[in-house]
Amino acid sequence: MEYLLLVYSDNKQFDTLTPAQQAEGLAAYGAYAEALQKAGVMRGGNRLRPQETATTVRMRSGKTEVLNGPYAETREQLGGYFLIDVPNLDAALSWASRCPGASHGTMEVRPVWAMGEN
Amino acid sequence: MRTDAVTAAEEAAEDAARHSYGKLVAFLAARTRDVAGAEDALSEAFAAALADWPRHGVPRTPDAWLLTVARRKLIDAGRQRRLDGDASAHLAWLEELKAGDDGDTTIPDGRLGLLFACAHPGIDRGVRAPLMLQAVLGFDAATIASAFLVAPATMGQRLSRAKTKIRQAGIGFEVPEGAALRERLPDVLDAIYAAYAEGWSDPQGADARRRNLADEAIWLGRLLASLLPDEGEALGLLSLMLHAHARRDARRGESGDYVPLDAQDTARWDVGMIEEAEALLARANACEGGGRYQLEAAVQSAHAVRRRAGRADWHAIGQLYDALCALTGSPVAALNRAVAIAHTQGPQAGLLALDDIAGDTRLADYQPYWAARAELLARTGARQAAAEAYRQAIGLESDPAVRRFLQQRAAAL
Repeated sequence: MEYLLLVYSDNKQFDTLTPAQQAEGLAAYGAYAEALQKAGVMRGGNRLRPQETATTVRMRSGKTEVLNGPYAETREQLGGYFLIDVPNLDAALSWASRCPGASHGTMEVRPVWAMGEN
Repeated sequence: MRTDAVTAAEEAAEDAARHSYGKLVAFLAARTRDVAGAEDALSEAFAAALADWPRHGVPRTPDAWLLTVARRKLIDAGRQRRLDGDASAHLAWLEELKAGDDGDTTIPDGRLGLLFACAHPGIDRGVRAPLMLQAVLGFDAATIASAFLVAPATMGQRLSRAKTKIRQAGIGFEVPEGAALRERLPDVLDAIYAAYAEGWSDPQGADARRRNLADEAIWLGRLLASLLPDEGEALGLLSLMLHAHARRDARRGESGDYVPLDAQDTARWDVGMIEEAEALLARANACEGGGRYQLEAAVQSAHAVRRRAGRADWHAIGQLYDALCALTGSPVAALNRAVAIAHTQGPQAGLLALDDIAGDTRLADYQPYWAARAELLARTGARQAAAEAYRQAIGLESDPAVRRFLQQRAAAL
């Protein structure tokens, strides 16, 4: 089953780290992604640029509205994601707990609802 | 306003919960085997206690008070359902008891039987420890779920399925005797140790509830050792847990950094706990037969030697892991055996031993395997391969302090 692991964290915290600490933090993510690869469960994943870079689009009364900023402004923001394929939720939680995001932020684990699946 | 009466009532309720919960569950569910029903009745009794005791004072025997209320709830709940012969006989029996003076009632201790029911072969292995924590100690499903890294809803379902199985399959609360006891005891020990390991794996102080879990597992271990004082493995398990627990504080440095066993300041080990563990191990060794937990306790004892001798007894540790490998065939025992070999015969010999188990799929996602491999590769000067193994270990680790430690090791290559 596919699960999306969403990394929510306060990126202001990251800005307060020393360059060495930042490099260490990113290297931990690199090692984590590699471990996912080696285990053969990795389907995709990336870091996202901060929510200030977000643009939202919606259609209201036949008109498009384009707004600067994220859909919801929160202190802990979506900073990245991993898409994994594992047998069950227990395994997904086990991988989520190993993500560095679990210690500096919060991981949200969501099962993928495939198109056409009930 | 919080008054002394409220505090006293809460403390008494907490004390009763800790010491009598399992006894009350075992007693209330003995004949119906309806653990869930007993738990519901008990939780209502505890709620009633928290409302009543601050006003009327804590009763002379809180357990008996709780039992009376829980029994009434159970009888009321039973009246609202259609019951089979067994269950109605049980309720009739409970009602008869009600007539007596509860102050003088001694509640028989059926906890050992309850432990055996929780670890029954008919119950899924993965839910045995959670079931014990709930039925014997009254932990809620959400707390157990966090400790075992399972979704709360899933844990709730697993626990309730297990209780249904106990009731429907007729898993009794009897303590097996003789050969059957020896046969089923390992399952009880494994479940208690699983609870301990979940509590232990939590970094010191990071999660108060989980730290508590290791303490609770030791409490279960003490209970088991007191109820089965002549079973070497029950004593061995308690010895093992106490040895590990004695080093709890030493696992972190002043600034919260991870300190591996070899580098721990032995002055921060708990001497009292080590001595108790040693005494238990001596008693275990005097018992008939032996087993996994006695061997593992002996390994910990050989590590504890460092406090006085300045060095762990790695020869003994190697021999003990030889025995553990032969006994259990566990890849983790084989990993530890390789580490011991590296200590006595050098890193190259250790690596050769690791190569023997390198293909075991159970180790592929096991952080300690990669960390040990990285360490030995580094010591033989294979920097590239060591760096790769460190990266794998870092990627698999969930404890941030251990992750930082591994990253520092990798950076020092």
